[in-house]
Formats: sequence, structure tokens, C-alpha cells
Amino acid sequence: MRWQTKEKAVERIVSAVGLFSVIVLLLIGFFLFKEAFFIFYKIGVMKVLFGMAWYPTYEPPEFGMFPLIMGTVAVTILTSLLAIPLGIATAVYIAEVAHHRVKEILKPVIEMLASFPSVVLGFFGMVVVAPILSNWLSPILSEHIPELLRSTGIPLLSTTVADFFYDKLFIASGLNISTAALMLTARAIPVISSIAEDALTAVPRTYREASYSLGAGKWDTIWRVVIPSSVSGLSVAVILGIGTIVGETMIVLMVAGGAAVIPYWIFDAARPMPAAIAAEMAEAPFRSLHYHALFGIGAILFLITFGLSLLSDFISKKYRSVRIGEKI
Amino acid sequence: MVAGKNIFELKDFSFYYGDFLAVKSVNLGIEARKITAIIGPSGCGKSTLLRSLNRMNDLILTSRVEGEVLFHGVDIYRKDTDVIELRKRVGMVFQKPNPFPSSVYENVCYGPRIRGIKKKSQLDEIVENALVRADLWKEVKDKLHESGMSLSGGQMQRLCIARSLAQEPEVLLFDEPTSALDPISTANIENLLQELRKTITIVIVTHNMQQAARISDYTAFMYLGELIEFGETDTIFVNPYNKLTEEYITGRFG
Ligand SMILES: Nc1ncnc2c1ncn2[C@@H]1O[C@H](COP(=O)(O)OP(=O)(O)O)[C@@H](O)[C@H]1O
Ligand SMILES: [Mg+2]
Repeated sequence: MRWQTKEKAVERIVSAVGLFSVIVLLLIGFFLFKEAFFIFYKIGVMKVLFGMAWYPTYEPPEFGMFPLIMGTVAVTILTSLLAIPLGIATAVYIAEVAHHRVKEILKPVIEMLASFPSVVLGFFGMVVVAPILSNWLSPILSEHIPELLRSTGIPLLSTTVADFFYDKLFIASGLNISTAALMLTARAIPVISSIAEDALTAVPRTYREASYSLGAGKWDTIWRVVIPSSVSGLSVAVILGIGTIVGETMIVLMVAGGAAVIPYWIFDAARPMPAAIAAEMAEAPFRSLHYHALFGIGAILFLITFGLSLLSDFISKKYRSVRIGEKI
Repeated sequence: MVAGKNIFELKDFSFYYGDFLAVKSVNLGIEARKITAIIGPSGCGKSTLLRSLNRMNDLILTSRVEGEVLFHGVDIYRKDTDVIELRKRVGMVFQKPNPFPSSVYENVCYGPRIRGIKKKSQLDEIVENALVRADLWKEVKDKLHESGMSLSGGQMQRLCIARSLAQEPEVLLFDEPTSALDPISTANIENLLQELRKTITIVIVTHNMQQAARISDYTAFMYLGELIEFGETDTIFVNPYNKLTEEYITGRFG
């Protein structure tokens, strides 16, 4: 075969494969929405989205997804509070502060953490973190500290604060949204920090040079030049990190506690949306209302993560046009 | 040359990138409130020498220096040198205009702000002064809060000069500041340098020999890391002492 002919053939094969995957993805999406449609049609959109009771196997069943949605929201907020600052700080450390030898070690370690199977993280949360919380941390926070505070006799401290510790920091079960948030943080940090690090490294050297030549120190340069000029890249890192948290299944299935009720406090249990699908799909009879309801959850999840990735795409496009063009 | 008038005094100064000797044992005095040009073919170490004067080369991990660079008689490579203070007094303008991606106003404020100046009226005054001195005020006074990157190339370079001037530097180092600009912008910057010379010491690296001849008081010719010849610009261009200098100036290589 002449090489042009070969080239043509390869091109055809590659585009066929690409087209095939696009078609498969479209079919999956179509299937997801087709199966999800029925539950909204049958029960009503408002009743499904804002219904307070998720009793899919009762007679008559109830399909209020609000507790599940709030489970995901609660876990995502808690995790974000930990993972966003830690992820960004890790990125700043690796990109700007670390000695290049430390960097050479730390970067692959973080990347390895990203490829850690989440079932292992879930398992670790279950057998190590959860018992530590309920057997060790809980007695200290809800018994020893209030006792100590009461014994001081200081107003406020010995009453209100002590009562707060006693009431609120008692951890009935180690499987709750805080444990889930801790394990999800381990999952999200590598995602956030690796994207954030790329964003920081992409800041042109000339900005740093300008800053240093004006007598700025390292931290001034990081705070006032590097971070502000990579803020869109950092936002993308944060958004994709949140996407990871929202979609993560195994960890929340194993350690969030599983209760399909709205969590009101950091040590309450929850059943985030992916956990509900994973836990219940096997028992839901084919084409039953329950089955359609689980597809409904899947569709909502899909819309959330799709929205997040559209947003990050939008931000990074805007960012690129600013960076490349001299004029804004 | 009278030593007392020299603001910088280089003594057997050498600069290494790793094992590579980029500047070889240079002895050079830079007179205050004059323009000193550094010329020479590409890769001969002009930028390296220039960046040694405010220790911008510190950012390169494997670099190493020998000899001394005296600034007001004190070696800036001593351990106890306050590099931040040094760079405030010895500012730098780069080849490619590099304003920050923020407003004209914020660009000029950058140095004063990191030195802790917060009062709006004081910052306003600094910004206006610096822009006036950089001959940019008239053009940008109505768009102080627009992006510095929306200016033309020549204006951006003058913005970078204003940003340095806001620090009230004693010395400004220019690394081929006009090589990315059109002839008119270049002429503007050259006129500006003549004006600034009245108050500031200027060291300029340039690729363009006519530019060196037009604007500088002293010229240093470098070749392969060595300082081949140094003297008054008129002498160097009319009657060079060294054969290499003559060949370079007459354009026989470069
Ligand atoms: N960061 C660096 N690391 C290693 N070598 C460098 C570095 N910067 C410049 N050099 C080398 O040092 C020599 C002088 O460079 P430079 O001072 O930039 O020359 P000029 O400004 O006269 O063109 C060149 O041979 C160049 O390749
Ligand atoms: Mg150069």
C-alpha cells in the first residue's frame, strides 16, 4: 500500500471509532432521560424534587428526592470547605514554594492519590476513620471537655458552651457526613491541586519577573500577581473538584450512613444521590416506579455535573482569549 | 574616570549558569546620571550582566557569581543585602512590555502598595507623577481604570517605565526596551530616556548600534562574555581602540 492510502485508511478508522463513541454516549444519555421521564410524569416534578419522604419500597411508595438531594448538597459543602482550601494550598506549595526536589517527589505522590480506588478510601473510612470518630473523638468532645468546662465554673463557658459540646458533639455513629467529607476530601484534593497547579504554572514568567523587579517578595508575588492572574484556571479546578465530589459514589455509599433523611448537623447520616442509586438499583424491579425514580436521580446528577463542566469550559475559554490576545 | 562618581562598580565580576561562564571577569564603572549602553552580538552576556545589577539572576537556581558588584561602594552580593530594597532602588524594564493584567492605575500602584502605602490620595499622587514622568499621563489620564493591556505596545512599555518610576528608583536597567516597538514608539522612548537621565542613572542593553550612538554617554562592548571595550560613546563609535569593536560597529559581524 502506498503511504497516502494507508494514511487515508487510518484516518477513516480513527474517525469511525470517534463517531462510534459519540453515538454510544448520545444513546446512553437518551436512555437515561427516557427512563427518568416516567417518574416525573407519573408523580409530578415538584413532588419528586421537593418531596420530603423517600420510601420507595413502602405501600404506597413515596419518591420524594429532597432528602437525597440535600444529602449530596451537605456532603458537597462540607467537603468543599476542606478540599478547596487544601487543594489550592497544595497547588501553591508545589508550583511556587517547594524546592524542586520536594516537588519531584510530591507531584507523583499526589497524582497517585488521584488514582487511588475510591472503594479503598471508602473501606478505610469505614474501618479506621469511623471508629476513631465514634470511639475516641466523641467521648473527648461530648464528655471530657464539657466536664472540664463545667468544673471551671466560669459563666457562659461552664454552661452554654459546655452544653453545646455535650449536645452537639456527641457522635452516635462514625458513619456520617463528616466522615464522608473527610474521605471525599482525600479524593478531591488531587483533582483540584493538579488542575490548579497547571493554572499557576501557566502564569507567564514575565509577570513574575515584573513583580520581582519591583521589589516584591515571593509571597507578594504569589498573592498579588500569580493567584489573581490564574483565578479563572483556579475556578476551573474548584468546579471540576466539586464535580468529582458530587459524582463520587463508592465513598458516600460506604461511609455516609445511608439514612434517607435531610442531614441537619455535621454528624448526621445521609444518603447522597449516587449512594441511593448504587444501593437500590439491584433491588428495584425492572421498569417499576422505583426503577424509574432511580433513573430520575441519575438524570438530576447528570444535569448537575454536566452544568458544572459547561461552566468550567466557559470560564477556561474566556480565560484563554484574555491570555493570548494582547488586547482585551 | 573618577571612582567617586560611579554608582556601580564591577570588580572582576563573573557569572555562571551551572558550569557555563556567561560573563567573564568584567571590570566596569557606571557613572551616575548618565546613560551607559551595553552592546554586542546576541548571546554575548549583555542581559546576564544587566540582570546582575539588581540580582534578578537570583531566580535562576544554578547560577553563581564571582567578584563584586559595588553599589554605592557596597557589594550587593553580600549575604546581608536586602534584595527587595535593592530592586526598589535599581528598577528594570524588559524587552517585551509586561504590564500586569490589571488596570493602568493598579499597574503603577503595584510597588507602592507592596510597600504598604494605602491612602488613596497618596497613591493618586504617585500614579500621576509616575505617569507624567513616563510621558504617558496625557494619553491615559482618562482611562486609568482600563486594562493596561489595552494600550499600544509603546504605551505599554511606557506604562512599565512608569511602574518602575513609582518606586523612585536611582537606577533603571533597560533590556532592549524598544526591540519590540515600531520606529515612532522607539523615538518616544528614546526621548523619554534623555529626559529621565537628568534624575536617574540609566543602563541600557541594545541590539541597535545607532540607538546606542544616539542616546548614550558611555558604551560598553561585550563579546563572548568579555567586556572588550568601554569608554565614552563618541570615542567608541568614532575611534574604537579594539579591532573587534571596530568590526562590530562597522557591521562586519553581529
Ligand atoms: N537561564 C539560563 N541558563 C543557562 N544559560 C543561559 C541562561 N540565560 C542565558 N544563558 C546563556 O548565557 C549566554 C548569555 O546570554 P544573554 O546574557 O541572554 O545574552 P545576550 O543578552 O547578550 O543576548 C548565552 O550563551 C545564553 O545561552
Ligand atoms: Mg538579551
